[in-house]
Amino acid sequence: MSAQFAIQSLSLRKEFGKTVAVRGLNLEVPRGEVFGFLGPNGAGKTTSIKMFLGLVAPTSGNIRILGEEPAKTEIRSRLGFLPEHFRFHEWLTGQEFLTLHGRLYSIPSARLTARIEELLELVGLAEFRHKQLRTYSKGMLQRIGLAQALLNRPELVFLDEPTSGLDPVGRRLVRDIIRSLKTEGTTVFLNSHLLSEVEITCDRVAFIKFGEVLRVSSLSSLVDGETTLTARVHNLSPESLPGLSAWAKDIRLDGNTLHMVVLDEESLPAINRYLVESGAQVYAFSPQKMSLEDLFIQVVGMDGGL
Amino acid sequence: MNPILVIARLTFKEAVRRRIATASLVLGILFLIVFNLGFHFMTAEIAAHPGTSQVELMLEQVYNFLHLAAMYASNFMVIVFGTLITADSISGEITSGVVQVTVTKPIARWQYVIGKWLGNAGLLALYLALLCGGSVLGIWLQTGYIAPHVTEGIPLLYLNGLIVMTVALALSSTMSTLATGGTVFGLFGVAFIGGWIERIGTLLKNDTAINIGILSSLLMPSEAIWNLASSRMTNQLASSFGATPFSFSQTPSPVMIAFTGLYLLGFLYAAVWNFKKRDL
Repeated sequence: MSAQFAIQSLSLRKEFGKTVAVRGLNLEVPRGEVFGFLGPNGAGKTTSIKMFLGLVAPTSGNIRILGEEPAKTEIRSRLGFLPEHFRFHEWLTGQEFLTLHGRLYSIPSARLTARIEELLELVGLAEFRHKQLRTYSKGMLQRIGLAQALLNRPELVFLDEPTSGLDPVGRRLVRDIIRSLKTEGTTVFLNSHLLSEVEITCDRVAFIKFGEVLRVSSLSSLVDGETTLTARVHNLSPESLPGLSAWAKDIRLDGNTLHMVVLDEESLPAINRYLVESGAQVYAFSPQKMSLEDLFIQVVGMDGGL
Repeated sequence: MNPILVIARLTFKEAVRRRIATASLVLGILFLIVFNLGFHFMTAEIAAHPGTSQVELMLEQVYNFLHLAAMYASNFMVIVFGTLITADSISGEITSGVVQVTVTKPIARWQYVIGKWLGNAGLLALYLALLCGGSVLGIWLQTGYIAPHVTEGIPLLYLNGLIVMTVALALSSTMSTLATGGTVFGLFGVAFIGGWIERIGTLLKNDTAINIGILSSLLMPSEAIWNLASSRMTNQLASSFGATPFSFSQTPSPVMIAFTGLYLLGFLYAAVWNFKKRDL
């Protein structure tokens, strides 16, 4: 196993009694990458994250986090973690909560004070710092949780559903924070159901189901990838369809609706021209990129989670 | 700051913030008021007929008896307090998920458990100091009487509190809060009744009854330690009767005392081991 990877797992398996939560997870996340972890409910995502963090012991298999075993206490000074259900000591104030966790990171007092100031400003909670966490809204708890995950300027941060309780402004804030973390060279491991968020922020994604990685895809390949075209046409003769194969594949005419997968986005004007010159009347012409959601459904399937 | 101290301090702060400390302080003060008022009126009644040496002798017996009554109540209250503050301390944080953000910091799991233990031990010390200190001080201020060997008896009561708290911590690291509380009080009940069976068995010279008592002390040595603490604080005349309502003159053997030390360390080790091995 190599230290160039922030996360490396080999044949990782976790059984809870007779239930197999993670079947044999093989994963490599290079340092500095924003990595999305996608899968239906019950796919084993949270259990995998817990094994990466040393919260749950694997039944078998190997894990290296920043080149070290997750059970090592010292490695955690280089990690940050925002758990899915962000339950904290609610009788602490925001400031006390961050101080507590800063002390657990053994951050020297003066540096911790400055870092807390900086993070409270960053997550927009400076004016609520002296309020107890029990008075915080779900979104505020998520923000303060995010701040505690960044206290130590981690090399690798695990964010488990970081935007689930946030409004659009909060989501944008998290997005911006993830971007700035990437700029600083931090590896971000993001588990989120909000595929649109993942699509915007991640470099690569892993699709996981039944505790196994089904596919790892680069988001840039998704952007550069196939375009589907749906056109509403009248008077298009079936004889004209083979002529479209110069630019497209999977061509199908359902009544007045024409479907195809366009090989190159640049060929869309030529397709339109060909249709018109073939005598067809074009009422609608809608090219669409394959979204992460489409890819998710394609890879994971429609049967969803548990 | 050492992570153990961070957790110990957090445990203290939690007791204050969640008003556990305030409630305990208020009830502790109420206990002291009731005890000292009662003590005042009872001793005043007896002291209303001074002069004879029998009355003087009787007064000392009454002072000692009431001192032991206060220690008996304090022992029970400390055990209840120790169980209540500890039963939820680990299991509650596991159930709520709070523990996940704590133990993913650079803190070993054993440090987390020891930090909790230290914090709870500190709270117990303060509570015991309030109850026992207030009782002893109240008697002394009113009469000038101090029971024998209080400097040995009160630390033994503290040991008793620590034993029960440590058992609760070990169970809390593997069971739910309610199961922990129920099991600890159950063990305490077994030890209590076992202690009385042993006392009566000794008076009747019945070996089976004595062995039942010893067995119950092996399960939970709290009654044996109370017996040792109270016998040390009982004055000579009462001791000569062989038993008081609170204690028995036959104190635990050195082997039993050594066993109690090992018992405490064993449960502390179990608390660390259970928590270390547990999936969170």
